[in-house]
Amino acid sequence: MIRVQSADFDVGLELKKLTEGNRQIGAVTSFVGLVRDITGEDTISAMILEHYPGMTEKQLVDIEYEANQRWDLNSSLIIHRYGRLGPGDNIVLVACASSHRESAFDACHFLIDWLKTKAPFWKLEETSDGDRWVEANTKDDIATARWRK
Amino acid sequence: MNLLYFAWIRIKMGVSGEHIDPPKNIKDIESLIDWIKQRNTISNEAFSDISNIRFAVNQEYVDIDHPVQPGDEIAFFPPVTGG
Repeated sequence: MIRVQSADFDVGLELKKLTEGNRQIGAVTSFVGLVRDITGEDTISAMILEHYPGMTEKQLVDIEYEANQRWDLNSSLIIHRYGRLGPGDNIVLVACASSHRESAFDACHFLIDWLKTKAPFWKLEETSDGDRWVEANTKDDIATARWRK
Repeated sequence: MNLLYFAWIRIKMGVSGEHIDPPKNIKDIESLIDWIKQRNTISNEAFSDISNIRFAVNQEYVDIDHPVQPGDEIAFFPPVTGG
């Protein structure tokens, strides 16, 4: 399941819902991305996440489908927030449930790496040195390339 | 054609999108960008560095030589930074 929302999410509640009623699940992995309060030497007071409504959902559905093709998952979840967030706020949750830990770990890692380079989001940081668009990181491209078959 | 702009391209263009009716010889993203640029200085400035711009046609990532046609939703944005 994928969700794109401005509202916060409760990680504990989401993980509980992911496994509810399925006794085949032996492993759940999750990744939570948070807003940091510092970038380089500047303090961040807020981050504005902009996205492309429609395309975002489409890309997340595709990425989740790909993960479910490659690994044996019982269930998976991607929640990505947009709007104005403050330091410490949740940005993204990726969670994977499987019978065994290997699939759950690998699929979760794959999802967050792919999401970083495929999901149409852009971050504007409000810093002590003024507003600044976060630039794409080549390290993220390398991390994604690792999963190419 | 519906054009959409995101992040700093939206800021530079001053609008989040526009409906356009380009001439018939506009066949792909590259020729569309050339046409957008020659309209005014704001557009010319926003699209001055194409290496920092990515494209989507009907919500799928495409390359600069991808064909465009009437009715398409065409988006211009910087490299994505989600997660």
